[in-house]
Amino acid sequence: MIEFRAVSKRFDDGTVAVDDLDLVVEAGTITVFVGPSGCGKTTSLRMINRMLDPTSGTVLVDGRDVLQVDPPRLRRGIGYVIQQAGLFPHRTVLDNVATVPLLSGWSKRDARARAAELLELVGLDGDMGRRYPVQLSGGQQQRVGVARALAADPPVLLMDEPFSAVDPVVREGLQDELLRLHAELGKTVVFVTHDIDEAVRIGEKVAVFRQGGVLAQYDRPAELLARPADDFVASFVGKDRGYRGLSFVDPAGIEVRGGATTRLGEPVSPSREWLLALDADERPRGWLPPGTSADGPLTEDLLVPGGSLYERGTAVRGALDSALSSPSGLGVVVEPTGRYAGVLRGAQVLDVIDRERAERG
Amino acid sequence: MFADLGKYLGNAGTRAQIADHLVEHVYLSLLPIVFAVLLAVPLGWACHRYRPLRGALIGVANVVYTVPSLALFVIIPAVAGTQILWPGNVIIALTVYTTALLIRPVAEALDAVPDHVVAAATAMGYRPLPRFLTVELPLAVPVLAAGVRVGSVSNISLVSVGAIIGSGGLGVLFTDGFSRRYLAPILVGIVLTLALALVVDLLLVALRRALTPWTRAQGVSVA
Repeated sequence: MIEFRAVSKRFDDGTVAVDDLDLVVEAGTITVFVGPSGCGKTTSLRMINRMLDPTSGTVLVDGRDVLQVDPPRLRRGIGYVIQQAGLFPHRTVLDNVATVPLLSGWSKRDARARAAELLELVGLDGDMGRRYPVQLSGGQQQRVGVARALAADPPVLLMDEPFSAVDPVVREGLQDELLRLHAELGKTVVFVTHDIDEAVRIGEKVAVFRQGGVLAQYDRPAELLARPADDFVASFVGKDRGYRGLSFVDPAGIEVRGGATTRLGEPVSPSREWLLALDADERPRGWLPPGTSADGPLTEDLLVPGGSLYERGTAVRGALDSALSSPSGLGVVVEPTGRYAGVLRGAQVLDVIDRERAERG
Repeated sequence: MFADLGKYLGNAGTRAQIADHLVEHVYLSLLPIVFAVLLAVPLGWACHRYRPLRGALIGVANVVYTVPSLALFVIIPAVAGTQILWPGNVIIALTVYTTALLIRPVAEALDAVPDHVVAAATAMGYRPLPRFLTVELPLAVPVLAAGVRVGSVSNISLVSVGAIIGSGGLGVLFTDGFSRRYLAPILVGIVLTLALALVVDLLLVALRRALTPWTRAQGVSVA
């Protein structure tokens, strides 16, 4: 558990970076500090491992005032992942990961063996260990950064905008990886980002900071989107917060119906409705517009590309999007294997949302 | 001329003398490099760490570097209180020059170490001195090595000037040759000085390569 008690940080130039922060980070959770630049989120993070010391107030890690602990010792027990990974360019990947075990007095052999385990844990090939950081992609470097932070098995992991320098696709993969690692290892993670989407995606609890280092709201992501504490939080979480809040609505009530389908390779007869074309593996390939006729069998070039696919059981946001993005107005539902499961209408999703809202009162 | 040269080098005693001068030349020019690195690293670090000090230190270094070498060889005994003919004066003088030459590149090399790398090292739990010696300094080696190469070549040529104040080294062959109007020792001195500069430079390049394997990793340009 990490606890901030009436913590303030004023820099020498007079700026107040953090103003009277009271906050408890529960052990074993992912807590995200989010806010615009200059809101004190990174400063707060850095007071946990004494990269900065508070001007007043107390930071406790597992009930112990961090100011009572020698900083290098404190830091060896707290993993830290920095923006751009901050890998040591002159050391191989393996030696980068072995850094903290070596500092903590492990033998070189044990430290390297541990480092090799960690590389595997974050999904990197053992061969990568012999490379230098510059030979890795941005995403791979971040994985190494995470491995390095975890090497000495610290109970707490601090992550300072770790994924902001990688492209969106890689970022999403790294976020998933982090969630998987967290489920596996159960560390207490404090994660700083300026990206509210990232915050609600990975955070079990999210602390929204405003300029001047004031904590504006500290809540579960669904609550943050549904009930922002004030105008600042409402505008920070964005105009489409209602839509993004759908990520947290239980999808169980959505009824998947059978739709009209056809198959690639079958004869084409004009139909009055949109037909979903499946391939031999039962995977949706696209939509055949009403009234289409052709002499030969059905081929892909007759089809209109489909919208997003909704994987059964995942967040309601995806269900609504599948309907909104589909040329036929029907959202295509697939099983986790990718096989066609049925269709849904946008109105059904809205009904589920209304029902849930009514239940919550 | 070649006959002269043959006659000059044919004498075993002369050859032994030349070898002595060469050995002297090596330590007179290279010891200052070692001392200068030991001095320039902490001074360069101070410039990197304390901005106000930087202007002053680098300013002094620039001024020192403009003092003519012969003048410095003569001033050192007065300032340091040493005997005017003591060969150590040359070592001190060249140490001063090389230090002045290296302070700025060391400071700039340390400046160039990315902040996030230093912050990461701190956050991993490095104490300041080990962090400097094992993270910041190794990353400064490519720039430091470039400075040392310039310094070594410059020292190897400057040591010859020391012969005028009797410090020994290959410069003695020049003073000797000029005073006797005899070309052979001058030629031998020039050839040996050039060869020494070349060999030392190659050794320094080899040393830098051994210390910086990461700069040759694929996709990196070597500064």
